Amino acid sequence: MMGGWRKSMGWLHTWVGLLLGWILFLVFATGTAAYFQDEITRWMQPEIHGPRDSIASAEGALAYMQQHAQGAEQWSIQLPTHRSVATMGYWKEKGETFLQWRDHAFMVDGRGHKVAVRETTGGWLLYRLHFDLHYVPVLWGRWIVGLAAMFMLVAIVSGVITHKKIFTDFFTLRFGKGQRSWLDGHNLSAVFALPFHFMITYTGLVTLASQYMPWGIPAAYDKPAEYYRDAVGVEPPPTRSGTPGTIAPLGDMLRKAREAWHGAEPGFVFIPIPGDANAVVKITRGTGEDMGTRGETLTFDAATGVMRTPPPVRGNAAQTESVMVGLHAGRFAPPLLRWLYFLCGLAGTAMVATGLVLWTSKRRQQLPDPEHPYFGFRLVERLNIATIAGLPFGIACYFLANRLLPFAMDQRPAWEANSLFIGWGVLALVACVRPVKRAWVETFAVAAAGFLAVPVVNLVTTHRGLFASLATGDLVFASFDLTMIGCALLLGFCAWKVHHRKEGVRMRRKKVALA
Amino acid sequence: MPRSTATGASPTRLAHALDVASRVVLAAAGGYVAAALTTAGLARWLPIARADAVITGMLSSFAVYALVAIFAFGATRATRVWFWTTAYCVPMGLALYLSMHGGAP
Repeated sequence: MMGGWRKSMGWLHTWVGLLLGWILFLVFATGTAAYFQDEITRWMQPEIHGPRDSIASAEGALAYMQQHAQGAEQWSIQLPTHRSVATMGYWKEKGETFLQWRDHAFMVDGRGHKVAVRETTGGWLLYRLHFDLHYVPVLWGRWIVGLAAMFMLVAIVSGVITHKKIFTDFFTLRFGKGQRSWLDGHNLSAVFALPFHFMITYTGLVTLASQYMPWGIPAAYDKPAEYYRDAVGVEPPPTRSGTPGTIAPLGDMLRKAREAWHGAEPGFVFIPIPGDANAVVKITRGTGEDMGTRGETLTFDAATGVMRTPPPVRGNAAQTESVMVGLHAGRFAPPLLRWLYFLCGLAGTAMVATGLVLWTSKRRQQLPDPEHPYFGFRLVERLNIATIAGLPFGIACYFLANRLLPFAMDQRPAWEANSLFIGWGVLALVACVRPVKRAWVETFAVAAAGFLAVPVVNLVTTHRGLFASLATGDLVFASFDLTMIGCALLLGFCAWKVHHRKEGVRMRRKKVALA
Repeated sequence: MPRSTATGASPTRLAHALDVASRVVLAAAGGYVAAALTTAGLARWLPIARADAVITGMLSSFAVYALVAIFAFGATRATRVWFWTTAYCVPMGLALYLSMHGGAP
């Protein structure tokens, strides 16, 4: 197309990388954070501490609902994973939709006692932001993210074809050389975690494949419900008998489920039509219990606690899909592997960021009038600053809001989320009104200050500051605070780097003028 | 912007823009149609359990999409990729339609 295969691929790589690059930055950054989703939630609910005991908490949650939600249509209990402590119970009254589940949600600690806890969406918000976006209908968000992921897949393939000397380039890192350094940085972050980038992009598409590519279902089945019954064993809900019924001890059912799964922990308990003689208890396997993440569900007779027919045996393709989704989410990963996931995610975020900056850096030299670039160039330049420094600052604001907003505030979780976008918006504004180089330095510096403030505010507003956490060996809280300091250092380094780069560029120009 | 130097004579800006536009449509729409038809075909005709066939189709679809997109931009002439994509999609679509609505013999 553009003079040879490799040149065409270079062109393609540049444009698919740029067009949705800002969304890809968001997807990579929030996805990286989501690897520590449970730990983030723990930090954002400092009221909850103590041991983890899923059976005691499940029984506690059930007892609370038996007392306070007799006439409800459904009861649900979200059990803790290996990495969390709190258990959430919630119910749905007749006529309510699933979107209203928060109206009747409550938290239970490891001893089965209900605890008063600040309302927060915790790490869950960042996880959902990763593929649903925010303020837009979920389906739209997923289409946009899916399109971005498809662009990413094409960018990876074309990027590999473009770089003939991909492995030589990998060992080349030239500092302070303007565009060359950006290219080296882009190559390094891309190649360092190339298998990860490829895996994460493809499996990401697979997680939502039934939305993006549903066309196999109508081709093979008359009704979609039949496919879901075959593939995941979704049964129709039980019908009400009208006669009241009781619930056998939940702990026994949980133990039976654990046995059936050879020791794997249950993750979710769902009780439709509680209190009716026809009621059942559905127990779903925890998502962190296996590499395959599409948890199986066991159904028990509520009144007797007897297990009904076990779920269908899964075929090879279904297992492959389940493992691909599991690889993407990394819920199976023990701490060390989780940190590796996190590092690879950071490399991906850096890859997108350096790629975006490279676009402007490459073009700046070809500009007819470098003092007055054309509109598209200026737009990319400002969007880069607004996103690359703005989003991290927004995330810091989210954590700060968790500690600073009043405990019993109305719509507290919504305002935590709004804080993220307000912080991001403010910095985006700075990016638009300040001179470009100053804007980079100032936004990076503000973002660094934001992250530095998080452990400080935590220290002042809770009894679980960094020193206390270190003294009591509270790894989750200490690691969170230290990671915040790490983010601050990283962003501070970026600010310092850009600040000093200015001179380097000027000197090079002088040399060129002399030559 | 890229310059086309393959043929020696430099084409006009308009010709170049049209060429890029044609490749964009081919990659985006053609790629999706080819992927969707492949998914449906695998789901219908793979000789394994139905649910598994559906999932196999879904899993492979994104690779098909990416391949078409890569060739749409990599090929020297877009018309060639247009030809091959059509040559794949039309019979595939027809076969699927007949197999689903044609009434089995």
